[in-house]
Amino acid sequence: MTAHERRTIPFEGKNGNNARMTSFTHLYKFSAPAAFYPLAGRLIPWFWGLAALFGAIGLWLGLAVAPTDFQQGEGYRIIFVHVGASWMSMFLYLIMAFWSAIGLAFNTRLSGMMAAALAPTGALFAFISLWTGALWGKPMWGTWWVWDARLTSELILLFLYIGFIALTRAIDDPRRADRAGAVLALVGVVNIPIIYFSVTWWNTLHQGASVSLTKSPSMAAVMLWGMLFCALAMWMYAIAVSLIRVRGIILERERHANWVKALLLDRAKH
Amino acid sequence: MLRVVLHVIARDVRLALRRPADVCSTLFFFMLVASLFPLGVGPETEVLRRLAPGVIWVGALLATLLSLPRMFAEDFYDGTLEQLALAPYPLGLAVLGKTLAHWLVSGLPLALIAPLLGLQFDLPPEALMILAFAVFIGTPALSGIGAIGAALTLGLRGGGVLLSLLVLPLYISVLVFGAGAVDAAAGGLDPAAHLFFLAALAVGGLAFAPWAAAAALRIALE
Repeated sequence: MTAHERRTIPFEGKNGNNARMTSFTHLYKFSAPAAFYPLAGRLIPWFWGLAALFGAIGLWLGLAVAPTDFQQGEGYRIIFVHVGASWMSMFLYLIMAFWSAIGLAFNTRLSGMMAAALAPTGALFAFISLWTGALWGKPMWGTWWVWDARLTSELILLFLYIGFIALTRAIDDPRRADRAGAVLALVGVVNIPIIYFSVTWWNTLHQGASVSLTKSPSMAAVMLWGMLFCALAMWMYAIAVSLIRVRGIILERERHANWVKALLLDRAKH
Repeated sequence: MLRVVLHVIARDVRLALRRPADVCSTLFFFMLVASLFPLGVGPETEVLRRLAPGVIWVGALLATLLSLPRMFAEDFYDGTLEQLALAPYPLGLAVLGKTLAHWLVSGLPLALIAPLLGLQFDLPPEALMILAFAVFIGTPALSGIGAIGAALTLGLRGGGVLLSLLVLPLYISVLVFGAGAVDAAAGGLDPAAHLFFLAALAVGGLAFAPWAAAAALRIALE
């Protein structure tokens, strides 16, 4: 197949000479906000449902099935919230950076909206992670806060989220806000390993007698499953909430577009 | 290519020297912040010697931060920046020149004056040497990372506060290794590892940050 032929396939796809290519080009159409808006609307209930299902399984495993820890008693059960929230806070920053890179590279409008929609949820999870960590730390280590490498880097991650939100909210022109936020997110994602590494180094130098978060006792399988299901529930929740937020952003930014006017008129009639 | 960088450096340094008050106020801010700490925590030399590396480095971070908005603002308002962006050279080179010029007028004076503040905090002589050297090789990274923040917040409402929110978290690595080097020297240990990391951050910052800052400037100029 020559390069020319390959390039023309999307237009000839309807004749059925390459069904796979057609399905891919079919997906591209959802990068247009007008096409993504109804798709997101259809997907949201599913993600809510999955979040509720996984959350129920995870909490049942975590609160009812999992045995009491022989060292930490019942207090350890906060792990079912804490670990998932920490994972999601880090993962969402990567997703945000991914959409930022796509937005800068291909100049797609939806990517910036996705990054803007993900940031508050990421910041929320970083906050939950710190908060539950403090609640867990008090009974286990006798202190709300230690300057442990992980806690400190999670705190810095929260600052990075807040910086991203503050920058994008300070710029009135949405296109400029998206692109400036994208540059910041990419600079942040390059810096996160450096910051984590330097904080770990600093921590090992400065901290004398302290607790170790890294040496966790091997975990019972049921606890692990509970944790995984709770993390999955948070994942589904994050997707559902981000899709709701991105729908709001789409409506706000496309308010002058005809499809939004038609949609709103249609909604007003019913 | 190199001539572009040298030309921008010469121009920016000349502009800064025409207005020496700006450079001096940054320096006095640095000294002021450092002298607030003994007033806050008390004059015991033991405590002060323990605090000195961190306090002086935090002061250097904040002083650099204060001078960052000037990096692009005037050129942005009088249209010079637009001309630089239209010039037949990569904008990143011009930003590299501006970053180096910023370091010459803000980072270098900080390095020269830091040992004096160290004396006030009763640091041992070998630690003073390391302090000056650490600030000398660490501040280029501050100028580089700061250039990205300055470019992103160019012309925004409340740019100064926003700038500190964006830039300070990214400065943490420089603070850790900079203060670590002085700490090690004061404790009689070898500060080489910290200094190598500082140098790596400076080289990395100067190599990559101008391109990110140039991308941010193009967004601001649109």
